[in-house]
Amino acid sequence: MNKPGSQAEEPLLEVRDLAVRFPVPRAGGWFGGGHDEVWAVAGVSFAVSRGETLGLVGESGCGKSTTGRAVLQLLRPTAGSVVFDGEPISQFWRRRAGRWAWDSRLRALRQRMQMIFQDPFASLNPRMTVEAILAEPLRNFAVASGGERRERIQQLLETVGMDPRAIRRYPHEFSGGQRQRIGIARALALGPELIVADEPISALDVSIQAQIINLLADLRERLGLTLIFIAHDLAAVRHISDRIAVMYLGRIVELADARTIVAEPRHPYTQALISAVPLPDPVYERTRQRTVLTGELPSPVSPPTGCPFHTRCPLREERCRHEVPALRQLAPGHEVACHLVE
Amino acid sequence: MHAASPPATATETVLEVRDLRTHFQTDDGVVKAVDGVSFAVRRGETLGIVGESGSGKSVACLSALRLVPTPPAVHPTGQIHFGGRDLLTLPERELQRLRGDRLAMIFQDPLTALNPYLSVARQLTEVLEVHQGATRAAARQAAIDMLERVGIPDAGRRIDQYPHQFSGGMRQRVMIAMALLCGPELLFADEPTTALDVTIQAQILELIGELQADLGTAVVLITHDLGVVAGTTDRVAVMYAGRIVEEGTTAEVFANPLHPYTRGLLASMPRIDTPPRETLQAIPGLPPDLGHLPGGCPFHPRCSLAGDRCRQDYPAVVVASPTHWAACWEVKVSQ
Repeated sequence: MNKPGSQAEEPLLEVRDLAVRFPVPRAGGWFGGGHDEVWAVAGVSFAVSRGETLGLVGESGCGKSTTGRAVLQLLRPTAGSVVFDGEPISQFWRRRAGRWAWDSRLRALRQRMQMIFQDPFASLNPRMTVEAILAEPLRNFAVASGGERRERIQQLLETVGMDPRAIRRYPHEFSGGQRQRIGIARALALGPELIVADEPISALDVSIQAQIINLLADLRERLGLTLIFIAHDLAAVRHISDRIAVMYLGRIVELADARTIVAEPRHPYTQALISAVPLPDPVYERTRQRTVLTGELPSPVSPPTGCPFHTRCPLREERCRHEVPALRQLAPGHEVACHLVE
Repeated sequence: MHAASPPATATETVLEVRDLRTHFQTDDGVVKAVDGVSFAVRRGETLGIVGESGSGKSVACLSALRLVPTPPAVHPTGQIHFGGRDLLTLPERELQRLRGDRLAMIFQDPLTALNPYLSVARQLTEVLEVHQGATRAAARQAAIDMLERVGIPDAGRRIDQYPHQFSGGMRQRVMIAMALLCGPELLFADEPTTALDVTIQAQILELIGELQADLGTAVVLITHDLGVVAGTTDRVAVMYAGRIVEEGTTAEVFANPLHPYTRGLLASMPRIDTPPRETLQAIPGLPPDLGHLPGGCPFHPRCSLAGDRCRQDYPAVVVASPTHWAACWEVKVSQ
């Protein structure tokens, strides 16, 4: 759905120095012991072109889901900016009755950016029929009504590969894969340009994951969608993404096209992550030399000084303990945040 | 360590499961979670049991330890030979003597498997005090040694902490320490790394492998992850809808998968070591509904090879080698 007027070079989405801070109860302080702060996202910058798929990978707690939510303004960023099609959407908030809420501009833009959630069991209201679930976004934006709306809903179900007669049924009557299809249909209802898919396959069985990946890839082609695909499964992310950003403790440590990230990773964390992915090949696995990282993911409440990865890094030097490495360009389109990579 | 155990030989069978059936009585009718499963595990080897949710892989292993509550399950039938006895008919008290001592299990989620109210010290020393009559001091020292061995830093201090004070990876290490404290002959590991991040998974799998080599423990590894199976198992059994549909050495099953379901699983996985294809070869259709299985081969509604016979009769076994077989009417074996 590329707009004819827009310039090809201008990204649909531009994220600059995005940061999200959460308060968390202080450890041990059960009785009003105050709060610590967690920087779930600690300064992330990237851009996504129209029609492109950007993969966000990383382990639990790396901030990839929070980044996705903050991009869509489902969370108000603590700092930084998000620009969607030229509109500074991270500023489209106002305080109402002491709380932050979307203003009318952001509400209107919601039609153009949507989210697919991880858990197809928790993200569909069990008391609503499929028709009611899919009618909600249409009603909220006064799109179609009556018979026309029902027709639209049936079309949506066909688009995601489901029987349109499913409209009268409830979520519990469907398997996980079918529920995820309903969640995808809901995200598509208003004809969005940008979709953030947050771990859309990790709750599904292996044989069903491929169905959903294929569906997303097919919809992307047919509808010209721009996609941010968030997952911990590197193989799935590499399959569907044009470019991949690897996150660690709230920061992007490496960003490059999907082939380069897997074939020529430069950051020691990306290298360890790829080396840890088990391959369905017993001959290779028997002889494989793994870089097994020692140690655990540090707590984001008290992240290490300097490079966030230095506590587990096999290459660390003195400088890594003190200086945070900036994300810098190694080659065109390949960015790495590491002092030691040349 | 166990005076009653016969001397070990390389091919000695530790566990033999014959025609195990575990059915559940539900409002929706009888659910045949495990429906005629047979397999054997030899000393020191690792058998992978692969399958998706509802394939019966976890219930089969819980049944082998008699940990499935009845009701809702109907008492499992079949035979489970371990140490010269049938675990299915063994009195509960004797079974309890085996569990945690010669038979151990680690679960997917260590937070629900560990008691949140008891310190790690209490939970670990109990095993040794109950099964081996160790004194409290000796048990504590053995527990600290084992925690150090599974890679918990500062074990002497951390042993007095509670499960919630450990991270996910560390909790899984605690559970492994608990399972291996008595040097069991057989360890069931049910998705032991599924809840963990991939870099921690690599650490834990390496640890299980090292300890297994040291102690000579046989491992039954239950997982949905074919990558984990490829790297850690000697033999594989693939389960679908409550039955084993293919079994072979790991090398055989990956090099020459016979059953269309096994082939489908391998083909549907995106891999980082091969160039991405345009579309993945997904297995069509839905996972089986165990309460309403179709007649014949339960995989036939999703199978591209399915013919008339597949809709009527459960498939006979095709044999590709003395160690490799599958249950399929249509697959052709080239010998």
